[in-house]
Amino acid sequence: MKKLIIILFLLNSYLSSAYSIQPDVFIQSTVNRASDILSKDISKEEKIEELKSVAKETVDIRGVGFYSLGSTRKILNDNQKEKYFELFENYFLKSFSSRLSEYTNPKIEVQSKKVINKNYTIVNSVLASTPNRPEVKIDWRVYTKNPDDPLIRDLIIEGLSLARTQKEEFSSILNSNEGDINSLFKVLEEFSKN
Amino acid sequence: MLKKLIITTIYIFLLAFNANAGSDGELVLKDNQQQEIKDCFETLNRKTFAFNKGLDEALIKPIAKGYRNLPDTIQKGTSNAVRNLSNLITIPNNILQGDVKTAIINTSRLVVNTTIGLLGTVDVANKMGFPKYVKEDYGQTLGKWGVGPGCYLVLPVLGPSTVRDTAGSFANIMGGDPWYNASVHGNNEFLSEGVYITSKALNGIDFRSDNLESLDNLEKNSIDFYASLRSLYLQDRENKIKDNQRGSIEVIYKKDEEDWEEIENK
Repeated sequence: MKKLIIILFLLNSYLSSAYSIQPDVFIQSTVNRASDILSKDISKEEKIEELKSVAKETVDIRGVGFYSLGSTRKILNDNQKEKYFELFENYFLKSFSSRLSEYTNPKIEVQSKKVINKNYTIVNSVLASTPNRPEVKIDWRVYTKNPDDPLIRDLIIEGLSLARTQKEEFSSILNSNEGDINSLFKVLEEFSKN
Repeated sequence: MLKKLIITTIYIFLLAFNANAGSDGELVLKDNQQQEIKDCFETLNRKTFAFNKGLDEALIKPIAKGYRNLPDTIQKGTSNAVRNLSNLITIPNNILQGDVKTAIINTSRLVVNTTIGLLGTVDVANKMGFPKYVKEDYGQTLGKWGVGPGCYLVLPVLGPSTVRDTAGSFANIMGGDPWYNASVHGNNEFLSEGVYITSKALNGIDFRSDNLESLDNLEKNSIDFYASLRSLYLQDRENKIKDNQRGSIEVIYKKDEEDWEEIENK
């Protein structure tokens, strides 16, 4: 019986490690996909649409949305939360893919990774230099709670966190409107429409 | 004489204001405390920001675009020369931060680039394998010494800053920048205040030219451009003071680490 338990335990460990995706491999494969899209001979609008579908699969948009709201997320009711996520997803996908679409054939190489805890790993990568700009260091905060389905939660470009910048932007809008969540809804809606 | 007195008074005011603000929780004087930099003058800052943006659109951006069209050798030479001059501020700050080794390296870099590198237009030191150059300034030194950033400020023309960093900039014209001293008070036929101002303007144009696309992209994809730039400036200064070349998780997220742990995606 004891032997059987040990075998089952080992088998389980083997299977879980065999199916889990390493965060650095996940990031390299994601950037390769994005790079392929950006080097395709298609219109900018088509590139944006394809990039959006990659982002939907690989970014924890809901998690980033929660984080960007700061402490306000704790006081929203369920209806407000659902409305927020609908608006946030549209805003995020548009903003994220539009930023990326400016690059043509970017070469990103994953260099190393640092496990923070069981939920998070930071993957370090470098965007190769071109004649017009120097090398850019990009770090990825990967959410690894479910090792089979890692998700990106933040991009840290040359030490500057996009999620933190977004959070402070949202906070600024909320503060200048006495914390009214509807003011943020309006801004997000307008951004996605334009 | 009067000019110096006014500058000294402003400098003392800024540092005194900084220390007072610290007492009501707006400032952080210790390294490990949680930092929250307040935008105490937000209304005025936003107006100055709008003015700077107008100035940028009307004057600085078109000049930066024109500069971008100059031959690469001229752009590279200008960029190298203004960077070489910045050694004159970096070196005293290396010493003030207790980093004598880097001060010696940067002094050698300055000598090599100014002589063999034709007044700094060619970065010979880099080709010789000197370590990567990292700029330092008096604001960073004050930060290293434990002085908190104080309130966020937007300066006319110069852009984002904090009370501490503005005080640091005043140190440059109070004797802390040998290039300023030599140009303005040097009493020689080759240098003048005009030469100093031109070198600073070229530095600004060079920076703007390097960031034409990235700033346009940021503005286009921001829902509050002012808040985005404020966040990025403050993150960058924090990294520089802590000498984090690619940022560190502790600096970037600070108290947010709890937030990240708490957030589920379901």
